[in-house]
Amino acid sequence: MSARQSYEPVIGVEIHVQLATATKMFCGCELSFGDPANTHTCPVCLGHPGALPVTNARAVELAILAGHALGCTIAPRSTFHRKNYFYPDLPKAYQISQYDEPVCLGGEFVALTPGGELRVGITRAHLEEDAAKLVHAGPGGRRAGAESSIVDFNRGGTPLLEIVTEPDLHSAEDAVTFFKQLRLTLRQLGVSDCNMEEGSMRADANVSVRPVGSQELGVKTELKNMNSFRFLERAMEAEIDRQIAILEGGGKVTQDTLHYDPDSGTLHPLRSKEEAHDYRYLPEPDLVPVVPDPAWVDRLRAALPELPVDRRRRWMAELGITFEDAEVLSESAELATYFEDLAARVDPKAAANWVRGELRAQLRERDEEPWESRATPERLAGLLELLDARTINVPAAKEVLAELIERGGDAVAIVEAKGLGQITDESELDELVARLIADNPEQAQQLRDGKEKVLGFFVGQAMKATEGRADPKRVGELVRDRAGV
Amino acid sequence: MAAVIERETVEHVARLARLRLGPEEVERMRQELSGILEHIELIQSLELDDVPPTTHVVALQNVLRDDTPRPSLPRELALREAPAVAHDGFEVRGWIETHA
Ligand SMILES: [Zn+2]
Repeated sequence: MSARQSYEPVIGVEIHVQLATATKMFCGCELSFGDPANTHTCPVCLGHPGALPVTNARAVELAILAGHALGCTIAPRSTFHRKNYFYPDLPKAYQISQYDEPVCLGGEFVALTPGGELRVGITRAHLEEDAAKLVHAGPGGRRAGAESSIVDFNRGGTPLLEIVTEPDLHSAEDAVTFFKQLRLTLRQLGVSDCNMEEGSMRADANVSVRPVGSQELGVKTELKNMNSFRFLERAMEAEIDRQIAILEGGGKVTQDTLHYDPDSGTLHPLRSKEEAHDYRYLPEPDLVPVVPDPAWVDRLRAALPELPVDRRRRWMAELGITFEDAEVLSESAELATYFEDLAARVDPKAAANWVRGELRAQLRERDEEPWESRATPERLAGLLELLDARTINVPAAKEVLAELIERGGDAVAIVEAKGLGQITDESELDELVARLIADNPEQAQQLRDGKEKVLGFFVGQAMKATEGRADPKRVGELVRDRAGV
Repeated sequence: MAAVIERETVEHVARLARLRLGPEEVERMRQELSGILEHIELIQSLELDDVPPTTHVVALQNVLRDDTPRPSLPRELALREAPAVAHDGFEVRGWIETHA
């Protein structure tokens, strides 16, 4: 057994998502991404003395919505705390966050994997404000020769929901699966756009390893601020390997905060902020408790749409489609609706194949999405019925689909207008096959000698002669009969 | 049972608050902070089991605002309070460590 197999990784994650509000957490400054620096600030988000924060109701609402989706208890009362530390991106020298009374408590998220289910305990989810953006400017500025940084406060005060999981994950792969399905859920609920490139979803991971069978937790390290699935998986893999190597070498893992460098694929300890974890939380005197009206909480729960994971589970059970199909087809709520509409009209497996395959391939070239296409579920269903009845073959169906995408219309009419209907007249096909065998005696002999590949030659010739209107399967059967194989 | 604060605690708290204290100041703070703790011990000796923790002196809750944008400050005005300005931002001493 390799060293890797004799250890079990234990992973918990902390995920920050930027809430999809119009304004900041505690002031009316508009949220923006990419606007000129320092054009969305006010005395509150600049931390001017005496400026008072007021909680954004929509941020609370989105947090409650997310809490419902995560199976959390919505706290009847939640409060804000000040988390104290000095950093130039934090003008008040404290971040307003939640401490012992977060808005959501104790839930569970069930992700689906090809092998079954992945249950991840949710410890809590709490509201907080984001820090500003700090750009390292290098030597220059007013103090000639000195290293300097520039602070842009546009992002400062952005509402965040921090979701903390139990250490229930046991591989980097599982952590990524959980992370992806959580992201999908939050996006479809409109809680956050979860745009990782723009930093509206970021993850920290607490990673430790222990000998397989052990119930004790090993010393954990914290991997900070990973903003892509690829980095997340690689960083966790690298950290699991590093810890196992230390333990195998008889050493001890130290509790560090590590920064993953995607260029070198290695982990570096962050320059330790001295006593960084002594945040001296204290109740925020400027903000009063949030006590959500139970009717409001219930209304939000009732309005919760079917979650992507539940939809996938239902499709697999009721429509008999594969995990992979269900995964791809539920990527967005619009695509899911499109597929469901189609699957209600035709064989769901054929629907899944065509939407995932040819429809998306043809639309990609036009930069269109299925749900905005002229090829509506109703029209595509018409096409798939013709295919199912073997009125047309697959190449012809692809041609009709192109026409549906281009101009819409009705599949039956297109098949007629273009003369794409399959030759259903047996005698016509039989005559053709007889002629092909007579014209190609050498190949016919090869087929009789057991060279199966030659069958493809005859089918190809038949398709060519009929301009694709022959049923290739039937042609194959006829060739065998005629050749006497 | 007088509360005693060690010098180390004072130095730790001073570091967290970015305060540079001389040895005499540390001693003075040690005595003053100990005095505060002693006072708290006095309060703790009272029967307070039925009193909920008080974080606010006003009995208010749910002071929320609509998610409607309001005008922000013109940039010139926002930057007027900056110790130094560069690239339309607040210029600060270099911080190599990334902190997103
Ligand atoms: Zn503001």
